[in-house]
Amino acid sequence: MAEGIKDKVAVIGMGCVKFGENWEQSAADMIIEAAYEAYEDAGVDSKDIKAAWVGTTQAGVRGNQLAVPLKLEYIPITRVENACATGTDAFRNACYSVAAGVYDMALAVGVEKIKDTGYSGLETSFARHKAQDTWVDPEAFMGMPAQFAMAATRYFYRYKLGYDEGKRILAKISVKSHHNGTLSPKAHLHREITVEQAVNAPMIAWPLGLFDCCGVSDGAAAAIVTTPEIARKYRDDYILVKGLGFSCGADQAQLQDDYDFTHFEETVTAAKLAYQEAGVKQPRKEISLASVHDCFSITELITYEDLGFSPAGKGKEDVDADTFTLQGALPVNTDGGLKCFGHPVGASGIRMIYEIYKQLQGKAGPRQLKDPKLGLTHNLGGLPGRFVCSVAIFGRK
Amino acid sequence: MIGITSYGAYIPFHRLGKETKNWNSATEKAVANFDEDSITMAVAAANNCLNGFPLEGVGTVFFASTTAPYKEKSNAGIVAIASDLPSDTFCLDVTGSLRAGTNALKSAIDAVSSKPERQALVVASDLRIAQPRSDMEGVIGDGAAALLLGDDNVIAEFIDCCCTSQEIVDVWRAEQDSYIRTWEDRFVAEQGYLKLLPEVVTHLMNKHKLSVKDFARVALYGMDVRRHQQMATKLGFDAKTQVQNPLLNSAGNTGAASVPMMLVAALEEAKQGDLILLANYGNGADAFIFKVTEQIEAIRKNRRGVGAYLNSKRILPDYETYLTWRGLFDKAPLQRRPPMRTPSPAAMAREISKNLRFHGTRCQHCGYPQYPPQRICTRCHTRDKFEDYRFSDKRASVFTYTMDALAPTLDPPMVVAVINFEGGGRAFCVMTDRDTSKLEVGIPVEMSFRKLSSSEGIHNYFWKCLPIR
Repeated sequence: MAEGIKDKVAVIGMGCVKFGENWEQSAADMIIEAAYEAYEDAGVDSKDIKAAWVGTTQAGVRGNQLAVPLKLEYIPITRVENACATGTDAFRNACYSVAAGVYDMALAVGVEKIKDTGYSGLETSFARHKAQDTWVDPEAFMGMPAQFAMAATRYFYRYKLGYDEGKRILAKISVKSHHNGTLSPKAHLHREITVEQAVNAPMIAWPLGLFDCCGVSDGAAAAIVTTPEIARKYRDDYILVKGLGFSCGADQAQLQDDYDFTHFEETVTAAKLAYQEAGVKQPRKEISLASVHDCFSITELITYEDLGFSPAGKGKEDVDADTFTLQGALPVNTDGGLKCFGHPVGASGIRMIYEIYKQLQGKAGPRQLKDPKLGLTHNLGGLPGRFVCSVAIFGRK
Repeated sequence: MIGITSYGAYIPFHRLGKETKNWNSATEKAVANFDEDSITMAVAAANNCLNGFPLEGVGTVFFASTTAPYKEKSNAGIVAIASDLPSDTFCLDVTGSLRAGTNALKSAIDAVSSKPERQALVVASDLRIAQPRSDMEGVIGDGAAALLLGDDNVIAEFIDCCCTSQEIVDVWRAEQDSYIRTWEDRFVAEQGYLKLLPEVVTHLMNKHKLSVKDFARVALYGMDVRRHQQMATKLGFDAKTQVQNPLLNSAGNTGAASVPMMLVAALEEAKQGDLILLANYGNGADAFIFKVTEQIEAIRKNRRGVGAYLNSKRILPDYETYLTWRGLFDKAPLQRRPPMRTPSPAAMAREISKNLRFHGTRCQHCGYPQYPPQRICTRCHTRDKFEDYRFSDKRASVFTYTMDALAPTLDPPMVVAVINFEGGGRAFCVMTDRDTSKLEVGIPVEMSFRKLSSSEGIHNYFWKCLPIR
């Protein structure tokens, strides 16, 4: 019987660059900055790293993209691509290598250089990276906003939210994240917005407007993992991995005509796995804070429900009750989320872990929560029916 | 008895009309959407014609057009596959003159006369381009018609035809010409159209000892409204009771499809015993006589001809949109996404059934239909026990949708929808020919064969959905 990951892996150091339009930094520059912040945070040297995983969707290929800038000499490095869950999946693999007792210490780095593509949106379809195709698949002709907008249309329809009411609820989610972003020095966007601004912003993919969509940024983040025994030699306030859930869809949204578009089963199943490993029975009560995949405001709303924070169809009531603000019962995206950090795809997952790590250590500055015990990260990549989803839970020792 | 056994037509959804800004004409004409061409319109007409017929009973397809998308590569073959006809269907492109439609009709009659065991499908379709602001631009329009020919359950018996060619340079396009060229209009009318067509018609009537009064309907090719009236008068037909509306003020002169569309419209209103005269012109003249049979009433059910499309339309808001759709106004594309890559012909060959026939698979264990085709059932996980399942002829309803303002389409916003098919199954598709103010969850849609993209001379055809017309 599998034992799960709980308390077998400790995070002892993390780094994260300032996300944004980092025109003057290459992917390698950001990798070095993130990794060396993590080394210094942990008090380790690059020679202590015995294996590494690098997550990116388009910044580079092979493990060498990490070895070359960091001069990691002849250690095993694997490149990971798993859409928006890329960073967390690189981290997950590093954790498993440590938990298996294969390596004493491993490094996970996520990086992306979106701003060099020439397109001012996350519009480079992953499907188009394939060498040969007929390009008739939905991934070839549908942009990311359209894929999530179809969830919003159906969510409004199913729960009888009129357009105005639906837009207002989504706007409140973005207003909350923009506020948190102002307290987050490493975020890309530092600007308060109002519900009115969000509701009246230009349409991107109806019903989603500009402020329903996350920013577009460059970024990198890094984590160093080891066993709790080794961690103790480096610091007292290391953070323990409590659960790592992962789930992949098999095109159910397109193949099955009862797939509802108002919940995402990948999140439900990944959360179930992570809760089980972490021993979480009542997520709404037990989870102190969460960094969830707010690529679009509707994604965050549906995720509240899929993670068990709100009952199905009732996310709106919690939004209206300010449950997920910094002062609420279960603060979500305390650092401003993808909304304010943007979404350098490979980096986002580890950036989320960085926020949970700092919050659990009590080092989150002006947005610090009071005595958080369990933090959760969630990434959802791909499109309905073909999502990859990671849910990770972290706690203090 | 050899004759017509079914008919169908297609007129695009969009029109240039008096409400179109900068069109500057009172004439209304049908214009194909940016994702249509003569092949896609032909497929729409063919499917309307073949609806309810056993497809394995068709052995020949004639695709008649002066604007076939491929110069070197079969066009009729694409029409046949998208119409879900058997892969051993004999496919022929008929082109060159504006009589291509009736030339094909004659060939189809010959085909079923010699091999009556399988029917022959004639599809005429044209999407011609005239130079912006030319007189010709106000005359031509886009459309398609399909006729099925056979020897059983004939709705209009073929009596006879007379077809002659004439060497004349009146209306033409050479290899490199984008636009239709014409010689001076009096020469064109007097030395070609008005001279030869009456001769052929009179010859055929005399041969059968028929007079003008014997015909219930006459479908006369019309260069334009004035010349069409002149022709009717010259031949002595009564404009009110006999002359079939040439659609010049609703669809426009649809080239090779023009007279076949008139024939379809005539059949839609014909009664048993009616004699119908067909007279087409284009580097020669073709005349046909058909006699309507008692089968005519039975065929009308579930048949879409010209009538169904005349009032189903959206007037384009401005002339600029039309120019953009035709590639005559090189508007900057949205810089939000890289352009679509050219499809791999190797992958296209592998995916003919999925992409062109729009076949999915139906699980023989649990019965659930699924698109795209699967090898392991999404419901019961049974492996490799599937039968082909055609989705292109199934109606569906919109489950959810969005309007994507950033998608690089020539008709923004790009509407994408998830649709649930009657009988089960679902697809993600682009929605075309839609009015964005009328979109709702639950609206009924049908499938339409369209061009998803074109690059490096390869047209990437696929199916889109549209609100039922």
